[in-house]
Amino acid sequence: MSENHITEVGGTGVPIPGDDIDTDQILPARFMKEVTFDNMADYLFYDARRDADGEFNDHPLNRFEGASIAVVNTNFGCGSSREHAPQAMMRWGVDGVVGESFAEIFADNCKSLGIPAVTASHEEVTHLQEWIEDNPDGEIEIDVEEETVTYGENVIEGEIDDAMKEALVDGIWDTTTLMYSNLSKVEETAGKLPYVTSD
Amino acid sequence: MSENTLYDNVWENHKVTELPNGQDQLFIGLHLIHEVTSPQAFAMLREREIDIAFPERNFATTDHIAPTEEAKRDRPLQDEEAEEMLSALERNVSEAGITFFGFESGKQGITHVVAPELGLSQPGMTVACGDSHTATHGAFGSIGVGVGTSQIRDILATGCIAADKQKVRRINVEGSLGEGVYAKDIIMKIIKDLGVDGGVGHVYEYGGPAIEALDMEGRLAVCNMSIEGGARAGYINPDQTTYDYLEGREYVPEGEEFEELKKYWESISSGADAVYDDEVTIDMNDVDPLVTWGINPGQVIEVSEPIPAPEDFESRTDREAAEQALEHMNLEAGDSMLGYDVDVAFLGTCTNGRVSDFKIAADILEGRQVADGVRALAVPGSETVRQRCEELGIDETFIEAGFQWRRAGCSMCLAMNDDSLEGDEVCASSSNRNFIGRQGSKEGRTVLMSPAMVAAAAVEGEVTDARRFFDEETPTVTANDVEEVAD
Repeated sequence: MSENHITEVGGTGVPIPGDDIDTDQILPARFMKEVTFDNMADYLFYDARRDADGEFNDHPLNRFEGASIAVVNTNFGCGSSREHAPQAMMRWGVDGVVGESFAEIFADNCKSLGIPAVTASHEEVTHLQEWIEDNPDGEIEIDVEEETVTYGENVIEGEIDDAMKEALVDGIWDTTTLMYSNLSKVEETAGKLPYVTSD
Repeated sequence: MSENTLYDNVWENHKVTELPNGQDQLFIGLHLIHEVTSPQAFAMLREREIDIAFPERNFATTDHIAPTEEAKRDRPLQDEEAEEMLSALERNVSEAGITFFGFESGKQGITHVVAPELGLSQPGMTVACGDSHTATHGAFGSIGVGVGTSQIRDILATGCIAADKQKVRRINVEGSLGEGVYAKDIIMKIIKDLGVDGGVGHVYEYGGPAIEALDMEGRLAVCNMSIEGGARAGYINPDQTTYDYLEGREYVPEGEEFEELKKYWESISSGADAVYDDEVTIDMNDVDPLVTWGINPGQVIEVSEPIPAPEDFESRTDREAAEQALEHMNLEAGDSMLGYDVDVAFLGTCTNGRVSDFKIAADILEGRQVADGVRALAVPGSETVRQRCEELGIDETFIEAGFQWRRAGCSMCLAMNDDSLEGDEVCASSSNRNFIGRQGSKEGRTVLMSPAMVAAAAVEGEVTDARRFFDEETPTVTANDVEEVAD
């Protein structure tokens, strides 16, 4: 997995409008009672996607099945640290996200999973969301190196966090492999900490 | 760029190297493990045939799925999914040689309650856990960060996380707390003023007279909700209160070793010449108890204030959120939160599930009864807290008042066990999040408040100013006062 360079992701889009969409909405806690992430896609936005009698409603995830690029607004993924949230999105089919801003832990989790998260202005994001509504089959492409989002005749000059960009482009977003090679240095650092040595 | 703050100092001590992606490889001195976010990480390591790097720096307990009814804690657990998670955790930690505080140990509980009370969390550490409330441990002057499962895998394999250094915001909390106003009110006031995303990109350093005056349990409550303000970590510089709390705890060395360690603790504090990326002042003088009225922790008012209208907010985002909140909560702008009917009272969690929280609530419940029709749950944050409360006879006060006195766990904070809101029940809750669906029902409504306010709400069956149960001289507010102001 660590060899994967992620420079471009693309496909059709799904708008998920709303600010401060928290992880309890993305992946309600009652569905975390499983020891693997395998079934998480089934639980994505579980409550929001269903009406009172449990039938699928007109939530965008129901209307834009097969989409690869999720388009969201501000502070998306706030709340808990559960990686279940981006895992569910990834397993549902999301390969990249474009939004006004992301909660930190959510963005970190995206980086761990190799999902590019691009930020853009309110106007650019809402324009893209409207465009998807009008063009459900329209292709959207995220260029990680250029930090652009291209759709129809439009190009958004977005922003990708430096560390995320480096990690994805260089294919070293699997940080375990990266840090494992420094184990002797870790021992050295730990050895200088009084609370470690006093044990 | 900040300089010579505790954050800078601890970061520097724990930095292993800079990674090619520009992040720092940061050693984690204390890693706390629970059943929900760790099994996938252990599985990833097994797949790669990697051993756990520093088993002695890891400690595990079970909290999220823990049944809180005594009869339901027999193994195997009746809830099969919960049993599977718990047995997976037991298997994983036993294979790895990691200390586990299970039901039998008498020390089980919420990670963020257990680690502080056992003396595992200490100043100058880096603390990580697959839980966003890891900021709690910052109360000791450590850097506590919540991490995702892939980062748990990193910690298990290498003892480290890859991290970006954040900006440091100093929050000076001036003034002193009035009677009936607590640490929980401080952090809710901070989130009210700075917003739920105000802390993104920052760690918060809390200081000033109102913080220094807090005991350790109050400081833990403040740091706990840093993440609700968008800050991944929050901390308080250690002082005599910190050292006194730590001395004599199970995992804290004694005698000369303690004195040696204390020198380290003193050395990492923010210096007099510390430079912050920015500074904010919050004045707690004349602040009344706070309660949330909406569906995020920033939608919060003092009980003396009316519920705001969407048009009161400058930003479009806040206006839309306010509209959605009023609809979900079935509230009208201009009304008071006082008098809002409550179906459930929930006392506990990693925010307010410690001995002092139960003491404060018990003082109000003494000689009073929970209102008819109110389901009231007291869930100690850990078995140690439960035992201590029982030694003090506090459990009797709760039971006599009509509360259910439970065993330790996360419980109705996020309803991963059987403790859940039903339908559109309203819960007066000492927890930390009022997101839609958080307490187990998508129509459920959460009102966040301090433990005293939860106890008072339980007694009245509605949100009420807890100070009415204090001495006569303590000023209180009623719904009439608020609505007169609003008119």
